[in-house]
Formats: sequence, structure tokens, C-alpha cells
Amino acid sequence: MSAAIELTGVRKRFGGTVALDLPELVVPERTVLALIGPSGCGKSTLLRLVVGLLRPDQGQVRVGGTPMSPATRDEILPRVGYVIQDGGLFPHLTALENTALVARHRGWPRDRVDARIHELLDLTRLDRELLDRYPTELSGGQKQRVALMRALMLDPDVLLMDEPLGALDPMIRSRLQRDLREVFERLQTTVLFVTHDIAEAAVVSDEIAILRAGRLVQRGKPAELTRAPADPFVTEFIEAQAPPEALGWSR
Amino acid sequence: MNRVIVVLMATLLVSAQSVQAGVTVGSKAFPESWILSEALARTLRSEGVARVEHRHNLGGTEIVAQALQSGAVDVYPEYTGTIQEVLLHRSGAAAGGANADSMRADVARLGLGMSDPIGFNDGYAIAMPESVAARLGIRTISDLGRHPDLRLGLTHEFLGRADGYPGLARHYGLRMRHVLGIQHELAYTALASGRIDGTDIYTTDAQIARLGLRVLEDDRGFFPRYDAVWLYRLDLPGREPRALLAIRSLTGRISEKQMIRANARVVLDGISYEAAADSLLAEVRPATGPVRPGEREGVAWSIARNTVRHLELVLLALLAAIAIGIPLGIAAAGSPRLGGAILLVTGVLQTIPSLALLAVLIPLLGIGFRPALAALFLYSLLPIVRNTVVGLSTLPASLKDAAESLPLSPWARLTRIRLPMASPAILAGVQTSAVICVGSATLAALVGAGGLGEPILSGIQLRQTHLILEGAAPAAALALLAQKGFDLLERVAVPRGLRRPEESTYGDHDA
Repeated sequence: MSAAIELTGVRKRFGGTVALDLPELVVPERTVLALIGPSGCGKSTLLRLVVGLLRPDQGQVRVGGTPMSPATRDEILPRVGYVIQDGGLFPHLTALENTALVARHRGWPRDRVDARIHELLDLTRLDRELLDRYPTELSGGQKQRVALMRALMLDPDVLLMDEPLGALDPMIRSRLQRDLREVFERLQTTVLFVTHDIAEAAVVSDEIAILRAGRLVQRGKPAELTRAPADPFVTEFIEAQAPPEALGWSR
Repeated sequence: MNRVIVVLMATLLVSAQSVQAGVTVGSKAFPESWILSEALARTLRSEGVARVEHRHNLGGTEIVAQALQSGAVDVYPEYTGTIQEVLLHRSGAAAGGANADSMRADVARLGLGMSDPIGFNDGYAIAMPESVAARLGIRTISDLGRHPDLRLGLTHEFLGRADGYPGLARHYGLRMRHVLGIQHELAYTALASGRIDGTDIYTTDAQIARLGLRVLEDDRGFFPRYDAVWLYRLDLPGREPRALLAIRSLTGRISEKQMIRANARVVLDGISYEAAADSLLAEVRPATGPVRPGEREGVAWSIARNTVRHLELVLLALLAAIAIGIPLGIAAAGSPRLGGAILLVTGVLQTIPSLALLAVLIPLLGIGFRPALAALFLYSLLPIVRNTVVGLSTLPASLKDAAESLPLSPWARLTRIRLPMASPAILAGVQTSAVICVGSATLAALVGAGGLGEPILSGIQLRQTHLILEGAAPAAALALLAQKGFDLLERVAVPRGLRRPEESTYGDHDA
């Protein structure tokens, strides 16, 4: 299996503090990797490096084998979908216009746009009637479904999600977690999913990477993290949120 | 947008062509100047000169002198004392000794000719209400110096000129405690209502007799003579020999009494300056034959004409400011250093007093429509540029990230995302500019560009409230219309998602 995302020797500092220091991180194709850790651990910075919003001080980021640089970014971006916490929907555009913005800019014919929107509505389980609403007229969960549609419009190889469910209330959140898992399974796409909620990570992802102060502490299947923690911090971090039994990891 | 630029260019070309044809007589912003210039314009026409234009009401000495030197005006009436002080930059004392021949040689170096005296002296003097002067026993300026608590309201020009108050105070050792600057006609109102005790007057002012003022004797001989003369471009006789004949026919003829009478007809009797010029000509050039009475256009027509001109100025200035200001704002938002420079320059432009700006623009653009348009354009820039910068740079960080991580070209990010999101701020800037522009466009009348400032300016000169209202009321209505119009435009032009949120009916009930 080849690598969809590959970081080698990446260091990023903000002022005096190290935001990220990763000797190596490889995300194989069709893997859903959750990035988890306390605030300021570098998980959002990692996503911003992959989408080229930040440049590393040292090291290299590769997406689908192409090194990220100002020169290659235009070539890489169409293969990357990026969803941020509040959705990042443009308030002056309707849900439909937000979703179709890039495809229209790239000159897709109308029926191709319509067909793709139809597929995405089905995939994200969004009510078609909501497409004509502006973001201010949508609920939090609806906004995130639209944001996911927009990110998936060009059928990217890589999907980056930065705490996409962070601002939602628990009921809606758990429904969206299950829906997201289903979307990931149907699409067979590579996903980097940032969250600070270990239970959410367990539901949506295949693998979990725990970060602390810019460094990777442990990476593995959810069950491995409880069975063989690499560091007392791992146990502490997991148990601070929920006892492992409640997560059903003991199987 | 291309069509707008074509219209702009066409307007500039048309007004450029109209500048140099025929003979253009200028006048300053007071009735005596209007009457004399109108008399000359009519004489020129009766001598058979084609295309005589009277650009009346051109503001202060600096503006009309600039217009003369730049060729926008060919001739206008001026006073010898003013020529010494403002054109030749000589102080009162040095000017006193100069004779007519040496002055003529000096103005010739500026490319100007000076005629023989028109016949009357319109000098500065200090005047007080007869009642106050009699009570305090003040007959001379020296007497005035013994009452330093009297309140003087002096014109700004008089306050600023060396041969005005500064020189007068030095010459007489005056130590007046209350001296304030006031517009000439308002000074008479202030005198009549007892708000001030004295003002500077011109010795041919119609108001002297009317208000019962005592003109204080210049007992130590400070004020130079202000003999009225014609000041003209030296290239004028070559272009139009009959012009010099007409000018000569109006020298050595008009006495101080005749001038006061003509002024009084306009200022006190409410007769048009054209009609006053006719009757003055009838007195001094009996050979001219019957003169047609001055026709005064209807009030409605004049309001309509001024409003249309006003709107032309505002719309063209505003369109130009939008066409230039928004790109400038985009450039400024893109680079902090460039942005600082752009905002500094547009900010400084905004602080230049309008008269100063117009005086600078006249040598470059002449008089009339073009300098007025340029001044309004420059005043309109700042709100548009600043609001464009603010609108573009206050984009929330998350949306900026979202825009930057979508595969769009920089141009598409600007036109599809950043500019539409900044549109409420930009529109508010244009609205501010429009309202400022409607107000400032009244200043266009100072450079002969017409508009609603024209009746206001004349109304102040003539102390006729109805004339002031003819300009001020439509101008206020236009400002309100601009305000309301933009509120309406905001509802149409700003995308629904960016408008102030109405009450939301969409709860978080369904994910």
C-alpha cells in the first residue's frame, strides 16, 4: 500500500515553542487516522501543513507522492478536501453555491455539477431543500454536512477534517459520527481526522495517533492504546475522558 | 466599467475645448466685481466680439488670479492695493511708494497688463455703527485703539494680509482683545445685531449708508489706495484687438458714487447684477444705445439647472472614486507597506481645505467643471479606499483558511469570496463618499462650476435668504436621497447571507 500522506523530518516552530516535531508520519491510502491530544499538541498545525496553509521550517510534506511547495500547491489542492471546525462556509453563498463554487470555477458543465451534488446529498444525508439556504439559515449539523459536501466535491484522494464536530451538541454529534464513519467506508478515501475526543476517534477512525507538545506519543488501533500504552500519558489521557470499558475496547 | 471611463474622458475633453475660445471675463465673489465684469462683457459684445463669456463668482483673489495666469480667464477687475499685496507680494509700506508705471512693469513680468484706473477707489476702511462710535467719541482709527475691549469681526482675507489687520495693528499700535474672522456679508449682519462693534469694509459697500455706519478716518495714512483697474493677459490684445478698446472705454469713467449706487441696486434693491451692469453702462457710456433689460430665469428652472449640474459633478466624481478607490483599497489590503502609504496620502488629501485644494488645481485644470470634479474626486477617495481595506482585511481567520485551501485562482478568491464578503463595508464607504460629495459639491461654485453652491454663494453675498434656500434645500434633499438610496441599494446588492440577521426560525433541531 502506498502512502497518501507522508511527513519526513518536519519541524515547525511558532516563536520560541516547537509546534510540531515529527521524524516520520506516514498515512497509507484508504486509512482513517485520528489525530488526538490536548490543546496545543500540534494536531491542527499538522493539518495546516498538509493543506499548505503553513510551510514547515524543516522537512518535507508529501501528498500522493508530490512534495508540497508553493509551486506544487495548485496541483495538490484539487486532490485535498479540508473541513474546519465551524465549517468555513462562505456566508454570502448558499449551501449549493458553496458546494459548487470550485467545480463551477473549474468550468464543469452544469449537468456534471448537478449529478455530483446529487451523489453528495445522498452520501451526506442532507435534505435537498436546504441547498438554497444561506449558512446563517442552517443548523450546526447541517452546516457541517454542507462543508463535507464542499470538501468532497472534486472527489479528493485525501480528506482533512479539523475538529469538524467540535461545536455540536452531543446528540447531533453522535449521529454525525456514525454517518461520517459510513461515508469514510463508502468512499474508501484517506482521512486525517483531528479531534480531542477519544470516543469520537474510536468511532470514526481505523487508527489513532496521540500527540503531545508537537511530538507523536503513540500510534495504533484503539485497543492497542489501552492494552499497551507507550507512555503513562496515554493512559492518563484516555482515562481522563472515559474508562476503557465504556468504550468497549476490551474485546 | 469601460463605458464609465469613456464618458469621463469625453466630459474632460469637452470642457477642455471650451476654455480658450473667445474672451472670458472673470469676476470675484462679490457684487461689485460681478457688475464691473458684466459691464465689460456687455461692452465686448456690443463691440462685436464673438463668444464673450462671463465666469462670475470665482471666489477670492488667489483663485481668480490663478485663473488669469493659467489662461482660463482673460481679464477681470482688480484693485491696485491687492495687486501689490497678493500678486507682487509687497507689504503695505513698500507698496505705498509704487507708482502706476512701475506696477505696470511688474505685472508685465507675470504676463499681465494693467489698465488705467476705472475711476473709483474701493479701499479698505474700518467702520462702526454710528451709535457706538458717537457714544464713545470714536472718529479715527487712533481713537479706536483707545478702546481695546471693542469686538472686531474681520474678513479672513483682511486678517491674513500684511496690508490688512496685522499691518494696521502695528502701524497704530492696536491691542484689540477680541478679534475674530468672519465672512464679509455676515459681518454686516453681526454689526446690525450688535454682536460685533466694528469690521473692515470696502469704501464702495452699499451697506455703509443703509446700516448707518461711521467710516473711521485713517488718520495716520495706513491704507494704500485700492484703485479699480482691469487686469488682463498680455496675449489678449493680440488675439482680440477689440478687447483692449472695450477695456479702455471703461476706464476713467466710473466714480465712487456711481459704483456705490450700482452696488446698492444689487445688494439692497435685489436687482440682478446684469441689470445693474446695464444701468451703470447707460450712465457712463450714453452712446451705447438702448440696453436690453437683464432677464432673470424662473426659480424652478434655475433650481432644476443647478440640481442637474450638482448631480453631474457628484455622480462623475463618485464613479471615478469608485473606479480608482476600490482597486487602490485592494492593493492597500494586499501589502501593509503600500497600504500605509495609500491610506496616508488619501488621508492627507481629505484634510486639505477645499479653497486651498481648488487654488492648487486651477493652474493644472483651469476653472469651471474640471477642478471642481477633481477636488470632489479626491475628497471621495478616502472613505472608499479605507472601507475597502477594512472590509477585505477583517475577513474571519477561519474563512480566510477556507478560501486559501480551496483550489481557486487568486483572482477567483478575490472576486468570488473576498470582495463579495467585503461588499457591505465597501458600500458603506461609497455611501459616506456620496453624502460628503453632495455637501462638498456646493464649493464647486467657487471656481465657476455651477451647481447648488451658486445660489448659496450669491445668497450670502446679497443677504437674500430665499436665494440661500434655493441651493441649500435641494442640497439637503439630495444628501437625504443619497442616504436612503444606498440603504435601498444595500438590500438589493448585498447577498442575503451577509445582511443583518433577521429573527432566525432555524433552530438546531435537525442535524
